[in-house]
Amino acid sequence: MNKPTLRSYQKPQKLSDYPLGTASEAGHLVTKNSGWRNERPIITDACINCLQCYLYCPDGVILKTEHGLDIDYDFCKGCGICEKICPKQAIKMEVE
Amino acid sequence: MTKAFLSGNDAFAEGVRLARPQVISIYPITPQTTVVERLSEMVEDSSLASELIHVESEHSALSCAIGASAMGARTFTATSSQGLLYMAECLQYASGGRFPIVMMNANRSTALPWNIYGDQRDSLSQLDCGWIQVYVEDAQESLDMALQSYHIAENPLVSTPVMVNLDGFVLTHTYETVEIPSQTDADRFLPPFQTENKMSLDNPKNLAFSVGPDNNMEFKYIQHKAMLDSRRVIEETDAKFAEIFGRSYGGLTQDYRIDDADYILITLGSITGLCREVVDELRERGEKVGLLKLRFLRPFPSDDLVAALESAKAIGVLEKDISFGYEGTVYTNVNSVIAKNGLHLETYNFIAGLGGRDISRENIKEIFRHLQTGGQHVNFIGLGVSIDE
Amino acid sequence: MSNQITAKTITDSEFFYGHKACSGCGGSLAVRIALKVLGEGAISVLPAGCMSAVGFNYPHLCFSNNSIISTFAGTASMLTGVEAGARAVGIKNFKAVGLAGDGGTADIGIQALSGAIDRNDDILYICYDNEAYMNTGIQKSGLTPFGAKTTTTPSGENIHGNIRPKKNLFEIVAAHDIPYAATASIGNLKDFMNKIEKASKIKGTAYIHVVAPCPIGWGIPVNETIDIARKMMDCGLWYLAEYENGQFKLNKNPREFSSIKDYLLSQGRFKHLDDADIEILAAQRDAKWAAIRKNWNTTEEEL
Repeated sequence: MNKPTLRSYQKPQKLSDYPLGTASEAGHLVTKNSGWRNERPIITDACINCLQCYLYCPDGVILKTEHGLDIDYDFCKGCGICEKICPKQAIKMEVE
Repeated sequence: MTKAFLSGNDAFAEGVRLARPQVISIYPITPQTTVVERLSEMVEDSSLASELIHVESEHSALSCAIGASAMGARTFTATSSQGLLYMAECLQYASGGRFPIVMMNANRSTALPWNIYGDQRDSLSQLDCGWIQVYVEDAQESLDMALQSYHIAENPLVSTPVMVNLDGFVLTHTYETVEIPSQTDADRFLPPFQTENKMSLDNPKNLAFSVGPDNNMEFKYIQHKAMLDSRRVIEETDAKFAEIFGRSYGGLTQDYRIDDADYILITLGSITGLCREVVDELRERGEKVGLLKLRFLRPFPSDDLVAALESAKAIGVLEKDISFGYEGTVYTNVNSVIAKNGLHLETYNFIAGLGGRDISRENIKEIFRHLQTGGQHVNFIGLGVSIDE
Repeated sequence: MSNQITAKTITDSEFFYGHKACSGCGGSLAVRIALKVLGEGAISVLPAGCMSAVGFNYPHLCFSNNSIISTFAGTASMLTGVEAGARAVGIKNFKAVGLAGDGGTADIGIQALSGAIDRNDDILYICYDNEAYMNTGIQKSGLTPFGAKTTTTPSGENIHGNIRPKKNLFEIVAAHDIPYAATASIGNLKDFMNKIEKASKIKGTAYIHVVAPCPIGWGIPVNETIDIARKMMDCGLWYLAEYENGQFKLNKNPREFSSIKDYLLSQGRFKHLDDADIEILAAQRDAKWAAIRKNWNTTEEEL
């Protein structure tokens, strides 16, 4: 599975540490978005794995796993679209 | 090698053909148009294997070239005057992104008033856009610099776009005998384009990103340094060119009879030929005059200027440009070198040829007289009316 | 149909991730889904605008596929160059895709888009339409609808927001006789995903116009992005359609519309509208649907 990932980043120390032009490795993340969130979605047992939350998440942070859905809280902004789209009210928003 | 009787534009197109660009975006504008006409014919008769793209504006011409360059393709486009100004946004985009595009610009006056004839206000208004700027003198140099420009631009130390300027009509549309190198020799001179500054499926990249205040100055310094480093690459390229084709242009500048000259005229572009003839004529009369042709304005040939001018008494800068409210831009640049290096000589600016006004042999003699007698610093040559009202 | 793309069959890979788009951003969902359908061979071109601003801040780069920011006016022209360049250097199995907003498409970028369609370049252009210049802080674009309040079309006693109707870009594009064009909405991702899949197989230029609400600009809670997009279709102010082989086709033909007033007044940008204003919008809607039902193929079929 391909996906941008968090890397450790050190500010360049010398000119040659910078890339040629404005071209750098694709999908290179250095900061999380978790601090944006006031509420976090929690997937409850009522989930029927219909994947609507997975599909409609603007940040793509709902992950399909072997044992159902999981959430990448590093990048979830807590918008609550998943809670609203869920046909079974299986997602609850919890204050951080 | 073959010989042909070609216009400046035709010769340039031959040089582009020999460089084998993979993508060419074309849009007409007088007096550039015949370049893209020739290239279209070459694609039609299969003497050139390029993707020819009929864009709908100059902005798109350069935007398209940037896109192709970002995939690692060698690209070419051409423009003039209003077209150059219309693509101004993309000029800085190409240089900041370090895309080694080569573009021909037919130097033409800028509106208003409308005028299709040659002067250098179009490219000089874009002197700070981060492109290497070359000014060529004749059809042979046009062809040769089309080829050399790719060699300079694509050097990894440089990775900067090059704008080759041909004086509108005077050079673009006049015919001379030109030597056309063989494709074999051209290929020996110019290797295929290779760069890390591109997207590929094996090594995906994000290009043309934003850089905030924490890193932005470093990117700009690196861009500046590449331009400074290009001076060496320009000279190496000229030497390699001379080795293969037997013609050398001397790098950033080309001098003529300056060794013992007290009075040196600085020129750029096609007017240089006539100025050389005047130098010969005055030399025959025993006048110690010489000439320095600026071939490159960016990077600016500071060291060459100091070496050439240090023992002169007075120098003049002849240019087809005026920065309204001040003086000619080339003059400003030359004066800066002179001041920084503590040279003691008088400097004069001769603004001529605006909107295609003829510059005569008599005008040039008048300029050399002015250098020897002294007088006003900034002078308009060839004005048809009295300015003392 | 078995070959339809669904939430179950779409790739797990994420190509637009970790970006700094506002919470509940519709545009980022459109981009995310488009790239998931297109996959690793997508080479995306995004003009200066929200999605480039939130995804391309060195050293934080949020696209795992090849992506480049173009000038604001240059999405389509850079796409042309990318496509030609990729072919010239021998890259196979790629799709050059443009992802531009409404201002970048319908206003400053329309010339380059028209040129690319005219050349029939083998590219896919997706306009995510949030009905104003949102990146600069909600200014009127050519796709801002009648009555909408933006920061440059304020509503007051004299003028009730934007006085001009939304430009019909779908039909402007179709008028070029483009091989494929479609409208879509992030309120119906099944439809959107399968239109992208279809468009990606088109040889020549394809265009998809997807409505992607902006909670900030529209004045709605951040969790209502999808609901408002659905309401917009339900009340008849947006429709799902395609243009192919010279024919327009309506994908969904609702028997009746939900309340246009309810759609409008649930958004901050339309709160000031009075009944007369709403009547104008309802009349425009009815005239449009009458023309669609008269002239277009309205047989509903699965894509």
